[in-house]
Amino acid sequence: MTAAKGRFGAELAKGIAQENPIFVQALGLCPSMAVTNSAINGLAMGIATLFVLVMSSLMISALRRLIPSQVRISTYVVVIATFVTVADFVLQALAPGVHRELGAFIPLIVVNCIILGRAEAFAAKNRVALAIADALGMGGGFTLALLAIGAIRELLGKGSLFGVSLFGPHYEPWVVMILPPGGFLVMGVLLLLFARLAESRRRAAAKLAAEEAA
Amino acid sequence: MSSGLLTIFVSALLINNFTLAYFLGLCAFFGVSKRIETAFRLGMANLFVMVITSVSAWALDRFVLVHAPYLQLIAFILVIASTVQFVEMVIKKTLPALFRALGIYLPLITTNCAILALALFQTSRAYGLVQGLVFAVGAGLGLTLALVLMAALREEAELSDVPALLRGTAMSFLIAGILSLAFMGFAGLFGGT
Repeated sequence: MTAAKGRFGAELAKGIAQENPIFVQALGLCPSMAVTNSAINGLAMGIATLFVLVMSSLMISALRRLIPSQVRISTYVVVIATFVTVADFVLQALAPGVHRELGAFIPLIVVNCIILGRAEAFAAKNRVALAIADALGMGGGFTLALLAIGAIRELLGKGSLFGVSLFGPHYEPWVVMILPPGGFLVMGVLLLLFARLAESRRRAAAKLAAEEAA
Repeated sequence: MSSGLLTIFVSALLINNFTLAYFLGLCAFFGVSKRIETAFRLGMANLFVMVITSVSAWALDRFVLVHAPYLQLIAFILVIASTVQFVEMVIKKTLPALFRALGIYLPLITTNCAILALALFQTSRAYGLVQGLVFAVGAGLGLTLALVLMAALREEAELSDVPALLRGTAMSFLIAGILSLAFMGFAGLFGGT
């Protein structure tokens, strides 16, 4: 029982940190830059994707013995498209303002490579509980990444966070950060930061190993 | 009418470039932009799929989806998936060398968001058949342009002395950011449409 629980936790945790879909695997990049011009948009997109990911992983994992392997990709796509349609309608009803700002990018969740990737690489081969843990982890990591990028861009580009002005009236907004180039630039710098962190961690580990050997 | 078509074309090609202004099709943009030749061919394959998708999406929307608008997404994605499968078979049969060069990115055109976005934008903007075709050609050429520019820059960067940490994805993003800045300059065309 404890072993099963540990497995569940491990599948949950890996998506958030060491296999983070955006910063480590560089999957699902299009929405991560197109809708992250403010923290709230990033968060909404992340949650919508999380919902679709969890629901389609559940469905695909439950049906994994029934889906013939020749038509599996098409089956996955239909399952995913169904849940995206649901998410689209729900968001439109609950938060019409955010829905308008995200525009075509909600339907475009269908072609987010993370979802199809997790379906093919994980949900199709594992038990329902594990598939849900994996989806929650990956979706959570995706949401956090989107929130982080959105917050940085909103902070620099508008001087506010979740629409609340932080720097007072004298802040001159760095407008380019909320425009398309800002997305690429912020992402580039963040990736650089992650590479730097990984590098120093690797060096520390190598040093430790060398000391132990000595 | 003709100026309307020209606006649609130039807007899709430069001002609202799918890759650099709308962030569509980034996986292929970063994945296949290592060599100019391959980048150009992938762009062309995309252009072809876009044109077929545009026509079929128009027909679907006009004749079928009026009765069941909630099926839009599922219908579009199925059309795209079968078109890509068809293109894949044709290329494999006629141009086996190109087939090998494109590798995994050929079937991945299905999940290239630029294609689905094309169908969705075209429908939401209520373009007719001709307008849709012009839009598809403009967007496809814009995608190819971005891919080729990126590939050319990366070929140059390959030969220059870059800090080890910057090599790879991080630098590609910074390059894309600068390219995107340059493309913002086109926004002034047509008085800022």
